[in-house]
Amino acid sequence: MFNKDTVGGTLSVALILCVVCSIVVASSAVLLRPMQQANKDLDRKTNILAAAGLLKEGVSVDSQFEDITVRAVDLNTGKFTDSVDVAIYDQRKASKDPAQSEELVGSDDLAKISRRANIATVYIVEGSEGIDKVILPVKGYGLWSTLYGFIALEGDLNTVAGLGFYEHAETPGLGGEVDNPVWKAKWVGKKVFDSEGKTALTIIKGSVDASRDGSEYQIDGLSGATLTSRGVSNLIQFWLGDNGFAPFLVKLKEGEA
Amino acid sequence: MTEKTKDILFKPVVENNPIALQILGICSALAVTSQLSVALVMCLALTVVTAFSNFFVSLVRNYIPGNIRIIVQMTIIASLVIVVDQVLKAVAYDVSKQLSVFVGLIITNCIVMGRAEAYAMKNPPVASFLDGIGNGLGYSVILIALAVIRELFGSGSLLGIQILPVVSTGGWYVPNGLLLLPPSAFFLIGGFIWVLRTFKTDQVEAADFEMAPNTRAEVA
Repeated sequence: MFNKDTVGGTLSVALILCVVCSIVVASSAVLLRPMQQANKDLDRKTNILAAAGLLKEGVSVDSQFEDITVRAVDLNTGKFTDSVDVAIYDQRKASKDPAQSEELVGSDDLAKISRRANIATVYIVEGSEGIDKVILPVKGYGLWSTLYGFIALEGDLNTVAGLGFYEHAETPGLGGEVDNPVWKAKWVGKKVFDSEGKTALTIIKGSVDASRDGSEYQIDGLSGATLTSRGVSNLIQFWLGDNGFAPFLVKLKEGEA
Repeated sequence: MTEKTKDILFKPVVENNPIALQILGICSALAVTSQLSVALVMCLALTVVTAFSNFFVSLVRNYIPGNIRIIVQMTIIASLVIVVDQVLKAVAYDVSKQLSVFVGLIITNCIVMGRAEAYAMKNPPVASFLDGIGNGLGYSVILIALAVIRELFGSGSLLGIQILPVVSTGGWYVPNGLLLLPPSAFFLIGGFIWVLRTFKTDQVEAADFEMAPNTRAEVA
């Protein structure tokens, strides 16, 4: 008769349990992966469209996405590059690969992401008169997690057309309010660069007084989520700053990108 | 349905409610009740996990060595939670994004652990399964009540459909911002417990101490 309370009994029960549980967990992860991936892709495309303010109800996201040109940008030179295939290039993977990314140290690492990929994927919406909107990927550390999102700029490459995050694990109800449509709407129409070309857009604590000078560069902070707000503010400063897309935006405006 | 099954299923809803009487599972009750849709998914996830973890723990209860029984229960619960999390990510992606860490935190939800240790270790699988569903229902009743109050008066909507037109969109209702913050759930749960114990006086606990009248100055 099997005696569960001997050392051997304890070990064998533990072993059998671990094997059974790991098979269950592993198979659910593997079998559901394709569905999760499809959801993620759809969600990413939806977010790109939503950030650009292009998302229409009732039309399939894939067909709406056809109006968008995907290009790769070398962040070091600020110019378009054809060295990678945008259809398969994964910026998130590249930012972990030392050969394809650059380490950020000290004050350079505003968004606390430690490494930045050399090449970024950007999404360009062409209008009748040149560029209508540019959608740029952004990411940075909030309170608990790295926030991944997009910021869309109007054709003047200075006015914000929209902002959205598609992945984060901030506290629901507090930092998670970065997904709140009311808050996201506050970004529309704000300016990124001041008259000297410096990245001026920040999130402040409390609400913005629209009558004060410089309010076009300020966004209301999220109440109860100081650290998440600070993180979002820093990631905007980083990605629209000199180590981010600022050189590219300058070149794009001059038509040299 | 026999009298006994009814007891197992519905006793935890009013008479032995896991949140209101046993004061378990408060953490998630605060966190996921600002929107009804999220609360509903959380209730479903927790009920499924409690029912199946009770079932599996009970199934192997005679083989679990006493020394490592909590670890064994934990492993079973954790595996189930991961499976639920994966399924949610595959079929209800939007909701799983909102629930984020709280699905994972079902692992540490005291109700699941408490029922596995207190009930499933001593009872046959089917009864344990029902006990899990019953406790899941008890948890759900409170969560849904909280979520209805918080979403209705905090954002003027239910399941995302606007019921009370709020001022920011030109209506007349000024939303109560406090209800969207986690502490409001504490006050509401406190209120529920008060009401419940007014009608079910047997749930009132005996006082731990008695207040002495003020000590007089000449005695001290």
